[in-house]
Amino acid sequence: MALICHSRSIAARLLPQALSALPVIGRRNAPKSQASLGNEPGRRLASARAGESVSPLSDECRNQVLDFPGGKLMFSPDMRFLSGSTGERLSEKVAVKMYRDMITLQVMDTIFFEAQRQGRISFYLTSTGEEAINIASAAALSNEDVIFPQYREPGVLLWRGFTLQEFANQCFGNRSDYGKGRQMPIHYGSRKFNYFTVSSPIATQLPQAVGAAYSLKMDKKNACAGDFHAALNFAAVMEAPVIFFCRNNGDGVVTRGQAYGIRSIRVDGNDALAVYSAVHMAREMAALTYRVGHHSTSDDSTKYRLVDEIEHWRSSRDPISRYRLWLERNGWWCDDAESELRSSVRKELLQAIQVAEREQKPALGELFSDVYDIIPSNLREQEQFLRHTVKKHPGDYPHNVPA
Amino acid sequence: MLGVIRQSLGCGALASSVKILGRGVERVIPIASAAGRNYSSVTKEMTVRDALNSALDEEMAADPKVFLMGEEVGEYQGAYKISRGLLDKYGPERVRDTPITEAGFTGIGVGAAYYGLRPVVEFMTFNFSLQAIDHIINSAAKSNYMSSGQISVPIVFRGPNGAAAGVGAQHSHCFSAWYASCPGLKVLSPYSSEDARGLLKAAIRDPDPVVFLENELLYGESFPVSEDVLDSNFCLPIGKAKIERKGKDITITSFSKMVGYALQAAEILSKDGINAEVINLRSIRPLDRETITASVRKTNRLITVEEGFPQHGVGSEICAVVVEECFEYLDAPVERIAGADVPMPYAQNLERIALPQVEDIVRAAKRACYRSVPLAASA
Repeated sequence: MALICHSRSIAARLLPQALSALPVIGRRNAPKSQASLGNEPGRRLASARAGESVSPLSDECRNQVLDFPGGKLMFSPDMRFLSGSTGERLSEKVAVKMYRDMITLQVMDTIFFEAQRQGRISFYLTSTGEEAINIASAAALSNEDVIFPQYREPGVLLWRGFTLQEFANQCFGNRSDYGKGRQMPIHYGSRKFNYFTVSSPIATQLPQAVGAAYSLKMDKKNACAGDFHAALNFAAVMEAPVIFFCRNNGDGVVTRGQAYGIRSIRVDGNDALAVYSAVHMAREMAALTYRVGHHSTSDDSTKYRLVDEIEHWRSSRDPISRYRLWLERNGWWCDDAESELRSSVRKELLQAIQVAEREQKPALGELFSDVYDIIPSNLREQEQFLRHTVKKHPGDYPHNVPA
Repeated sequence: MLGVIRQSLGCGALASSVKILGRGVERVIPIASAAGRNYSSVTKEMTVRDALNSALDEEMAADPKVFLMGEEVGEYQGAYKISRGLLDKYGPERVRDTPITEAGFTGIGVGAAYYGLRPVVEFMTFNFSLQAIDHIINSAAKSNYMSSGQISVPIVFRGPNGAAAGVGAQHSHCFSAWYASCPGLKVLSPYSSEDARGLLKAAIRDPDPVVFLENELLYGESFPVSEDVLDSNFCLPIGKAKIERKGKDITITSFSKMVGYALQAAEILSKDGINAEVINLRSIRPLDRETITASVRKTNRLITVEEGFPQHGVGSEICAVVVEECFEYLDAPVERIAGADVPMPYAQNLERIALPQVEDIVRAAKRACYRSVPLAASA
């Protein structure tokens, strides 16, 4: 069992960012048909740090560079600073499931995003561009590993078996929502799948994951499971079994675990296989990726980044297309399977949304339960009063709230 | 033989928290309680510090999941020596010294509570809890609700709250109203050693997050405690106030250090023929509305006393509750006694004026009883 804590570091780009000697784990596997090398994407990434030379991408294996909004980093095909690991071999079954889930996540994001724009749900947040991190990291862990997500990791739940209907129920806040309609969309949680309910404030889960890992350690379980500095410091001192999974998606700052005496590995987050391998052994790593979508439905990211930049990452760096190439080379995937999967997922999703939308909302009593372990007298009184009022003036209250 | 005034208490216990001439009294007496049970008791004295220490000790012994964390709680034996001896007894795994980062160690405590431990997080003063207030409110208080009961947070946040002596604005703020306004939290504030023991034990055993507001100046004060209180199973119910002094002319609600002031004021008022009923709230959230309103129905007059700032304070809530539930019983407007609406000054004379004094309570009580009294601040 492990404790996984996801976080997106939030400090501004203005923080000085020295390129470290740490190379990046990953492979160059950009789809040739979509290569845009001639346009020298490096130059278009206006976010490169001042003082660094912005050279065009090279095709040479050894000279490969990950040009990433946070800076330029050399690729390395060997994980030489992790001892005793030769990389995990993926079976066809797992590899194909990974791909299917990445596609499902992508389709789910597209459809729910549209649903929000249509006014059917109030809010949504996509993981577009970060599918590899979601799915590959989930695949490398066991179902008993406890996850402390931030909010852009629904793929982990998807991998573990959360159904599209269950996602839809939470987004629509209906009677079948496990959260009893208490939270905004995408704030999923599941005790069954060891996934702590999403909470909006950022980085709070860092020290909380360490605390939970400490609890696991005290239980002597064979487990591993703002605030950032304290969290890493504590984790190192307490020797808490935590993996810190830091996503640097270009709009935050790379976080450094090495300074705290925590073994760190930096990985290309858009390379599903690299993520899978690294998570399989890591104690802590920073996965570099790019958030293609807007932060959420309340955001228009073209206001703070170039449209070209988004396009470049969506096309030539897309983790899904990179992974698909690898699958197809192994003979494990083909165009027919692709179109069949996409259409069936889409159909299932639309169906789930319809069901979720029609479903009744949570019962009135759920407004007052779970505030405390045992409902206190003042809340019971308020509930009685409310029921009485609703009964007396039914026209003033919505019809779809059952008593 | 010492002549002692004994106050009978609602629950039939024996401990008297009235202090005569500024000193507690010790005596041995066999008592037959009103309920018909016979038991003898030896009242001994105990400081609030020892009460808290013994409560922590017993709860840690009883449940291996309970652990203490905070600045200086271990090697230093506690910034105010509340955790004296605990590191030696339970070891560093259960008494953890933390670095000076409230946000960090509070988050860790909350995470540990998420996953099944029962942390007691100590703030050196609740002023520093502001650094961690996101974890307290957005994580601890709301998690059970937001996760629909899947994540319970059996955590206790404790430490000194409110004014001390000469510590200035950033070390004297009272947070009772802040935390008591948040659903999902329970907020307790003990006065005597009996309160401290019983409420801390109840807080540690409670499955909900509890904010436990102590008072630095009360740590060294001694109160008589009965055998019952010293028993390791002793526990006070959360949400029940205590009537420290029965009366019939006016109700005075108070908590923490102000209970002592209210009792002194009641003594002074009794010489003027005003028999005051003093309520020790003990529990700020949930507020014991039944006890308060029952008392107001009896006395028809109310003043509320607190050290904190007046606006949106505990007294405001009590006043609103009384107006909602027993307005027709009031014979006089409700008056709130609170600290001055300014950040706490440092100079001794200014600090004294900024805090409620016994004379303020006496004058307010007289006003409520229609005795004409000049509205002057105490000199």
